[in-house]
Amino acid sequence: MSTTLWIILAGAIATYLTRIGGHLVISRFENIHPRVEAGLNAVPAAVLTTLVAPAALGAGPAEWAALIVAGLVSLRGGLMAMFLAGAAVLVLARQFVG
Amino acid sequence: MRGFKVLERPLLVQKDERRSKEWLMSAEAISENRARSDFWQGVRLSLPVVVAAAPFGLLFGALAVDNGFSVLEAFLMSAMVFGGASQMVGIELFGQHVAPWLIVLSIFAVNFRHVLYSAGIGRRIAHWPVMQQAAGYFILTDPQFAVAERKAEAGETVGFAWYMGLGLPVYVFWVIESALGAVFGKLIPDTHALGIDFLLPIYFLGLVMSFRKRPLWLPVVVASAAASIIAYKTVGSPWHVSIGAVAGVLLAVILPPHHSGVEARP
Repeated sequence: MSTTLWIILAGAIATYLTRIGGHLVISRFENIHPRVEAGLNAVPAAVLTTLVAPAALGAGPAEWAALIVAGLVSLRGGLMAMFLAGAAVLVLARQFVG
Repeated sequence: MRGFKVLERPLLVQKDERRSKEWLMSAEAISENRARSDFWQGVRLSLPVVVAAAPFGLLFGALAVDNGFSVLEAFLMSAMVFGGASQMVGIELFGQHVAPWLIVLSIFAVNFRHVLYSAGIGRRIAHWPVMQQAAGYFILTDPQFAVAERKAEAGETVGFAWYMGLGLPVYVFWVIESALGAVFGKLIPDTHALGIDFLLPIYFLGLVMSFRKRPLWLPVVVASAAASIIAYKTVGSPWHVSIGAVAGVLLAVILPPHHSGVEARP
């Protein structure tokens, strides 16, 4: 089996564990420590930020314009609206600055 | 999420249907018919989710191929993981030649929020047979949780047929779109001009922004951004992901609980 297939299989098992795990584990505890809960709450923003920040730093004006517009749209619109706005700005800006 | 206001109307329709048909049928036929109409009521509620997820399914397929996946692998990942954001993270790291265990760990980290959904929905579906519960947890996504939780909070029973009606269309379309995206992604000649290489950071920024109402969001984002950039420049990719993530989570753990909005419970 190729490495890619192992990654997919292990990723699938890890994901299923998160989907069933809360019910199996967390519900057995009467209460979660507030600091652990605060840490859990921070997981998505912390992980996702690391996928944006270095990419943004290493990019150029076209990418920055796309991120700024997408960020502004996300304050009002949903995920789809911000994504389309960002993608449109990116494609447009790249026609000029490559 | 928006678009779930449709919830109320089909319920009334369904009640009317039941009332007019009930006296015609035996008890067994009624329960079978009820399960069927519950299923279709769930399907109706799944439509906005199917529509909203479609572009991301296609995008995932195209990006997966762009990052070195085969069409079959893109299809398998969607069928087995079934978690959009985590799949995007996975293929992005795969394209950066990150160590396999770290890719799996990142998929786990991005999906970790499901633990909370799982703990929440568990009490709503505890009356199902075990195998049905096992299947139910497999399709537990963000909208699935949101819509099911809404139904439960309205005082209604979350039934297996209804739950599957809500989740199965999302699953089936997601897998098909991923495969389609992968097939057509291979045909895109100039991915740079179309901006495909930078669509993921934009998408991830959107996800980051969607969590902005959470306590400590800004400090966590600033800490993770700073740490990941420094790590990227010094230690190098792929470690910036783990280091940046740990920095943000640690900050949330270290700050006094009254900042994090999480109160100690008795």
